[in-house]
Amino acid sequence: MLQIADIHVYRGKTHVLKGVRLDVRKGEIAALIGANGAGKTTLLRTISGLLRPARGKILLEGSRTAGRMDISRLAPEGITKLGVIHCPEGRGIFSQLTVRENLMIGAYLRSDKEGIAADYERVCTLFPILGSRSNQAGGSLSGGEQEMLAVGRALMGRPELLLLDEPSLGLGPIIVDTLFATLAEINAQGVTLLLVEQNAVKALLLAHRAWVLEIGRVTLSGSSRELIDDENVKKAYLGGT
Amino acid sequence: MSSGYIAQQIVNGLILGSMYALVAIGFSMIYGIIRLINFAHGEIVMIGAFTTLGLLQYLGLPFPLVALAVLIVGAVVGILIEKGAFRPMRGAPQVTGFIASLGVSIMLQNLGILFLTAQPRNFSFPDYLQRVIQVGPVSFRSIDAVIMSIALILMGALLFLVHRTKLGMAMRATAENIDVARLMGININRTIMATFAMGSALAGIAGLMWGGKFGQIDPLLGFVPGLKSFVAAVIGGVGSIPGAILGGYILGLAEVLFVGLLPPIYSAFRDAFVFSTLILILLILPNGILGKGMEERV
Amino acid sequence: MAAPSNRAWHVVLLVAGGLLVLVARATVNEYILSIINFVGIYIILAVSLNITNGFTGLFSLGHPGFMAIGGYVTAVLTFPVTRKAMFLELPRWLAGLQLPLLPALLAGGLCAALTAFVVGIPVLRLKGHYLAVATMGFLIIVQVLITNWESVTRGPLGLNGLPALTTLWWVYPWVAVTVYAAWKIKFSSFGRSMLAIREDPLAAQCIGIHLFKTRVLSLAIGAFFAGVAGGLWAHLVTAITPASFSLVMAFNIVVMVVVGGTGSISGSFVAAVIFSVITEFFRPLEESFDIYGIGEILMAAVLILILIYRPTGIFGSREPRFLVAKES
Ligand SMILES: Nc1ncnc2c1ncn2[C@@H]1O[C@H](COP(=O)(O)OP(=O)(O)OP(=O)(O)O)[C@@H](O)[C@H]1O
Ligand SMILES: [Mg+2]
Repeated sequence: MLQIADIHVYRGKTHVLKGVRLDVRKGEIAALIGANGAGKTTLLRTISGLLRPARGKILLEGSRTAGRMDISRLAPEGITKLGVIHCPEGRGIFSQLTVRENLMIGAYLRSDKEGIAADYERVCTLFPILGSRSNQAGGSLSGGEQEMLAVGRALMGRPELLLLDEPSLGLGPIIVDTLFATLAEINAQGVTLLLVEQNAVKALLLAHRAWVLEIGRVTLSGSSRELIDDENVKKAYLGGT
Repeated sequence: MSSGYIAQQIVNGLILGSMYALVAIGFSMIYGIIRLINFAHGEIVMIGAFTTLGLLQYLGLPFPLVALAVLIVGAVVGILIEKGAFRPMRGAPQVTGFIASLGVSIMLQNLGILFLTAQPRNFSFPDYLQRVIQVGPVSFRSIDAVIMSIALILMGALLFLVHRTKLGMAMRATAENIDVARLMGININRTIMATFAMGSALAGIAGLMWGGKFGQIDPLLGFVPGLKSFVAAVIGGVGSIPGAILGGYILGLAEVLFVGLLPPIYSAFRDAFVFSTLILILLILPNGILGKGMEERV
Repeated sequence: MAAPSNRAWHVVLLVAGGLLVLVARATVNEYILSIINFVGIYIILAVSLNITNGFTGLFSLGHPGFMAIGGYVTAVLTFPVTRKAMFLELPRWLAGLQLPLLPALLAGGLCAALTAFVVGIPVLRLKGHYLAVATMGFLIIVQVLITNWESVTRGPLGLNGLPALTTLWWVYPWVAVTVYAAWKIKFSSFGRSMLAIREDPLAAQCIGIHLFKTRVLSLAIGAFFAGVAGGLWAHLVTAITPASFSLVMAFNIVVMVVVGGTGSISGSFVAAVIFSVITEFFRPLEESFDIYGIGEILMAAVLILILIYRPTGIFGSREPRFLVAKES
């Protein structure tokens, strides 16, 4: 579904991604783990078009593309339109917009009124708290509620590929479990997920396949089972048991 | 001092405040969306005034048509300024944008001087707009009533647009977080352009009012309403539209009352008073009355 | 510790400057002479604004305000006692006082610097474009106060018939002093503190730089030279009115600093020369062809283009190689 072929990305003068390759298959949950500053956020921002790679290709094959197409030169709005939706680090809730507006703006590019209404109902069933707070300002929600709002907002865009940047950041363990269960459910409904996580155990347990990113390069990849059993991964990311 | 005199001063303050508010709205919207203090905003008032003069007095078009045309001209000039000067330097430090806007302002003033000469021109509305209306102790001209009602109607329309339409939602989202707005699929170039267009249209119409109110226009006339409206926007809280409206009326009233109620000696100090207020507010109340603590974007 | 600058070249430039002044005095007519004087005053203004705007990154639009203060103080001090009695109502000690130009200029500069202290202490808490707006407010307030303080300033009429004391031998030594002071500051530890504040105020504070003190000082130093320039200006045109020190002038000086390169003394110097020559060149053109405003339009266009395509200005914040000795 998504193939990243040897991309190089600079931020200012820093060479952040130095030839990253990975491919996400349709229907799977893919996880990307790595230490702080490895370049995970940079990778997601490049996929969604907020950053331009200096070199390399990003190939997307979805139901809204004609065959495989290189999206590395598209603007973010073009990429969103193709069904690749990025749920950014730190959630990016519009704090002055109401909860309802936050959800509606997720469907900004759509014009099918009934579809949008149906999806709104669906999101409110998935996260009942959002429905009951619909007229409250987005900024007044708690951290966990904001994360749900961010995921719900992404769903309003009818994603085929959902990019999630550290959704568990700052959430308590119970909320994280609920959230990850919901992510599994979303995946079961046919959405491909690319999940960036610090919480490597949970991410690997949820994902089918995973990559380890270290200072701008993929150093390990495989099925999540293999990575969980890998000695190096254990030491570096799973608390070394 | 009679209560009739005070009532008259209050009405005068509201008329002046309507104009300040219209200009301040644009200041505030543009600051809100790209954190730019657009010093050239006042020059749109000047362009609006000259457009009015040309269409109403030289071509003799009917007033409603002129008002519409002035709105459009203001919007178009705003779009051109954004495209030509500010878009190429988006992402630069805020001071860069401010200095550039000063450049645009000086350029427009001098284009005015070059093509229209620095000579002030008389500006007079047709008789039916000049009729004096007496309500109790207060008297004003019909154009003043028109000014105040146009201002109210446009402000209402703008608030509706910003809070009840998809474009308005996109504008508010972009003002809060440009990157996330782009992820939602919002075309921020179009949104920013729309913001400039709306803000500048209001400034244009304020130019029509300015000419009608003061009876004389010249290419440098934008300076004063531009600066004062900036002060009004800061008073209300830069970035907030209701704040700009409130700030505009407060400044209009305060200025007129300051001149009208204090001994005449002080009225010469009116501008010093306005700008001392500005500096004080920046220092002790940087978010203004209704501002929501817009942090500087780093 | 030797200052990292190339003495030999500095002496060469100084001597060349002196010779140029001599040659100019001997050859050109009054009109050209006055232009050369204006160029010198603009150099002082641009280089001194660069100490504030360029080194420390405080974007001040108040420079003409300080210039006005210096100009009026100097003018009142040199005004002949008989004329004072005719036009002004001054306190006794001032009414009977008439100073030569040098002490008057110094007094003007010091008054401007003092004002900068007083104004800077509250206002320098503001940052970025808010500071720019506040200093613009300061400029307008100064104008209003001068306009209304009629007993000393004669209000909007201004003071005219000032003695024409300003000559090349006054202007260019002050140019040399200003450039020398700016250079000394830039390559001192104080100057490095200023640059550190410009680059990253927080980090500068972390390494123990006193943020506020450095800011206030850099505003005051810039103001001192602006005040002196104001005095020279007044005695060159032999008249001074509140309208002379306008926002347009602030804009012109800022353009010089930005185009030359914020932080580069040579940049401000060169830009001041180019822009003031161009302005003076356009003035008669505007008058004879009735194309008023064209000079400002060009100036504004250059500014916008520079901001878009080369936001650090022509020189960046560097000085030309040959003027700076290699660090040993
Ligand atoms: N705007 C920027 N300008 C310059 N460098 C940046 C910028 N943003 C990030 N970087 C650098 O790029 C590198 C990768 O950053 P990135 O945010 O992609 O890391 P990350 O893997 O997401 O880390 P974390 O787990 O902490 O979120 C870091 O070294 C960071 O300092
Ligand atoms: Mg990250």
